[in-house]
Amino acid sequence: MKELNELHLPDDIRYTDDHEWAKKSGDTVKIGISDYAQDQLGDIVYVELPQVGASFDQKQQCGTIESVKAVSEMYMPLGGEVIAVNPELEGAPELLNKDPYGKGWMFEVKPAKVAEYDQLMDKKAYLEMLKGLK
Amino acid sequence: MRYLPHTPEDLESMLKVVGVKSLEDLFDVIPRDSRRTGNMDLPAAMSEWELHDFMSGLADKTAAGPAYKLFIGAGSYEHHIPATVAHLSSRSEFVTSYTPYQPEMSQGTLQAIYEYQTLASRLLGMEVANASMYDGATALAEALLMALRITRKKYLAVSSLIHPLYRRVIRTYLGPTGAELIELPRSADGTTDFSRIEEMPDLAAVALQSPNFFGCLENLSTAAGLIHKQNGLLIACFTEPLAFGLFKNPGSQGADIACGEGQSLGIPRSFGGPGLGMFASSMKYVRNMPGRLVGLTKDQEGKRGFVLTLSTREQHIRREKATSNICTNNSLCALTSAIYMASLGGSGLRDLARLNYDKAQYLQSALKKAGFKITFTAPAFNEFVVQFPSGFKTVHDRLLEKKKIAAGLSLAPFYPDLPDHYLLCVTETKSKEDLDALVREVQS
Amino acid sequence: MKQSLGNTGLVLQERLLWEKGRKGRSGFSFPKQDVPSAVLSSEWTGPGPDFPDLSEVEVVRHYTRLSTWNFSVDNGMYPLGSCTMKYNPKINEKEAGLSGFQNAHPLLPSRLNQGALQLIYELEQFLTAITGLDAVSVQPTAGAHGELAGMLLMYAYHKSLGSRRTKIIVPDTAHGTNPASAALCGYRPVPVKSNEQGILSVESIAQAMDEETAGIMVTNPNTLGLFEENLKQISEIVHAKGGLVYGDGANMNAIMGIVDTGKIGVDIMHLNLHKTFATPHGGGGPGSGPVCVRKQLEPFLPVPRVIKKDGQYVLSEDFPQSIGKLHAFYGNFGVMIKAYSYIRSMGAAGLKKASQLAVLNANYVKERLKDVFHLPYDRPCMHECVFTDKVQQANKIATLDMAKRLMDYGFHPPTIYFPLVVSGAIMIEPTETECKEDLDHFIEALRAISKEAEENPDLLRQAPFSCKVKRLDETAAARQPCLAG
Repeated sequence: MKELNELHLPDDIRYTDDHEWAKKSGDTVKIGISDYAQDQLGDIVYVELPQVGASFDQKQQCGTIESVKAVSEMYMPLGGEVIAVNPELEGAPELLNKDPYGKGWMFEVKPAKVAEYDQLMDKKAYLEMLKGLK
Repeated sequence: MRYLPHTPEDLESMLKVVGVKSLEDLFDVIPRDSRRTGNMDLPAAMSEWELHDFMSGLADKTAAGPAYKLFIGAGSYEHHIPATVAHLSSRSEFVTSYTPYQPEMSQGTLQAIYEYQTLASRLLGMEVANASMYDGATALAEALLMALRITRKKYLAVSSLIHPLYRRVIRTYLGPTGAELIELPRSADGTTDFSRIEEMPDLAAVALQSPNFFGCLENLSTAAGLIHKQNGLLIACFTEPLAFGLFKNPGSQGADIACGEGQSLGIPRSFGGPGLGMFASSMKYVRNMPGRLVGLTKDQEGKRGFVLTLSTREQHIRREKATSNICTNNSLCALTSAIYMASLGGSGLRDLARLNYDKAQYLQSALKKAGFKITFTAPAFNEFVVQFPSGFKTVHDRLLEKKKIAAGLSLAPFYPDLPDHYLLCVTETKSKEDLDALVREVQS
Repeated sequence: MKQSLGNTGLVLQERLLWEKGRKGRSGFSFPKQDVPSAVLSSEWTGPGPDFPDLSEVEVVRHYTRLSTWNFSVDNGMYPLGSCTMKYNPKINEKEAGLSGFQNAHPLLPSRLNQGALQLIYELEQFLTAITGLDAVSVQPTAGAHGELAGMLLMYAYHKSLGSRRTKIIVPDTAHGTNPASAALCGYRPVPVKSNEQGILSVESIAQAMDEETAGIMVTNPNTLGLFEENLKQISEIVHAKGGLVYGDGANMNAIMGIVDTGKIGVDIMHLNLHKTFATPHGGGGPGSGPVCVRKQLEPFLPVPRVIKKDGQYVLSEDFPQSIGKLHAFYGNFGVMIKAYSYIRSMGAAGLKKASQLAVLNANYVKERLKDVFHLPYDRPCMHECVFTDKVQQANKIATLDMAKRLMDYGFHPPTIYFPLVVSGAIMIEPTETECKEDLDHFIEALRAISKEAEENPDLLRQAPFSCKVKRLDETAAARQPCLAG
């Protein structure tokens, strides 16, 4: 397991208390799981992604991530419609471990309320929360 | 007591380490009002020798001796079991080990179960078989629950020619789920009338048994075509998998899930249990499958090895969201059946199935010649239904009492519209003389 | 320490079944073809399965070699917590192998199966005597199956009173089967935390229990090996709100002859004949999971039930409120024979002694290891004790590493990473059938491993060294499942 100072937490994205990240570009938001989440789960073996076209509310369950000995539910960081999913994850779930913020992105959403994005934690707040967990 | 190794000296020194004075004091944390006051009301302990005499006496009070000629199957079949099967499956290393959670120390069980999964999926013509379930009836119940999960529909069409006791078990399992069971009627030839499933709404699955309870083969391919048009699943159940040595297997006929009882593959009848719940499906449904799975992998040095895998489906990880609450398989029974299948081999299984078929056909013709009616005309494997003259029950009872012959199972308790109809079973254990004697006796 | 049990021997390689054999071999003695070959339409026939053809010798060598790759209770100590890996007496196997039992057909008239029915009837009586409850059905075929029966009983009971409850209380220490079984009956599990002593507090249950809640599922002793001291009061709270108390009897081996389950307020309980009553685990079944109930729930028990009528044992279906059938026939009779033989060999005093010694052995191990391993609940335990890897984590050594290293010393590892409430749990259940010398040997092995964790942690990370295979790649197995050859 990584120590807090070993975690890679980019500055230009937002985080949730379920350890997802969200990154806005234009009017869509890409979503994935944080370095902390992938480190806690260990080797990820299977990812179940939402259907393109499906709409979810914020905090609604929208997928699952399985490692060898754990299964973790994925919750929507913000409400909206899924407009794309990462097609590579089905054949290569290890991308979530190797490159959680890059090739391991999970899906892309068109947000219903942009305000929900702005209310997500920034790096500093997320790090504070992680300190509380350790 | 010979299983309890502690000497008085052991006790004294161990109690001292623990820091209590007596064995009773170990239980000080238990509140007084939760304790038992008197002794448990149980019979006095027996020595090994007394026990064996007593148990032999009990075992003698069943109709199981070689003098009995039982022509009853109905989900529990008499087949010859090679001496090697019982011998190998009673090896301590298999019998007294736990679920193989620590694979480095359990490669024996793991490889054997991987081989069982392979043999089972080849026999049933399916892509993947699990490590086994409790029995045929509970496997069918789990298959129906799996179909509800996959299709997210509500209605299940279940053939009335599935073993009547299995149908009772599925009602128990499905009771609280809110799923609706529709029973499919039978046709005159002894198979299921599934012509109307096209009109049935929202079907998650159709479940058929083949060979069915009357021994007849169902046309699974036709049923598969109909249910697949509705985006439902075909569940093919069975009680006598030996049939697939000779007849088309469920997978080749389009079944999505094949499940049933594997007792006839080398497991003694043992008054109905333990049996072997066989369970197989297409690979695309594997994550919705209940039960354990063993998978192939490599160790750190690249050597072949086996592990329990895809366990995130199971209750110890997914808890209330698991695919089933099942926490075990019938591992030793799966091993036993694998040893049996290995002993027969592909050629042997085919020859043995053929022999069962031939003997059943011989008895059918002989009974027909003697003037009895073979009720159903659809092709059958090693069981079939005979209509005896009314009042045959007295003959049946007398044969059982006086001649130790069980001339089939009366169908009246299960199908009240079939009085005087009996389900007869013939396997390789019956000689031509036995069959001829049965024909003689039922005419007397 | 004494010389390690772990050693190297000649481990024979063995191919997969289908990598062996030649077409035309057979390991089966065929009966004569004494009837003519019948007509057979090719419309129905298939090609037959693609199985290898092997001779009898090949089959025997194959499975004998595989068996040598297993560790088992008959090889050595197997202290898996929560699993009760006690010795499985051989006489019980012999009794279960009696031809009169093995060849009994389940659908013959009762009068022709009196011996089998008597055994079931008496076994159910014995289990009422042992638990203190009023009625038993031995039909469920495994612990989880018994739990399902228990949940169906609870469901049927509430339904008979015209109420539909939706929730059930499940403590965080519960086995995963508890919430999974409850979910099958449509109950939503409400998790409740155990207190700082590792047991349930009266207050937390009082807070969680309401009239929407069907009842509570409690394992007692719980999975931390601790006795739920407040259970009697908890039961009163649950009963006052119209709920039922389900006791998971997986850990009955600690309390036979000592606790009266009926007195604590338990209404329904399952037992595991393959744990407490010494029937072998068989590499993961078959087991047997009888369900025991208080009088008011008896009408709901599964059918058929064995009753005694005019001196004869008969199968009765005459229980109109029954939850129905759970198994095609009557459950795992073959397993019942072994448990029955065990109870008749032990008697009341023997069973009580077994529980006392199981608890003594666990406390002895706990006392002798607590200076080297972190003991999260330092209290008297029942039949098992739970340590963690907290001390060894300083050297980045995890429970898994120590478990694997224990194999090299010739012991099966304890249960690890369960219960989930304890991080890095090491759950040790020695059982009563281990003698003091073997316990001492096991303790020395674990102490040696804790020393290795400090001095040579890499050794532990690489372990095991002496097994047939090294650590296996479970990730690859799950990413690209290969489930048949």
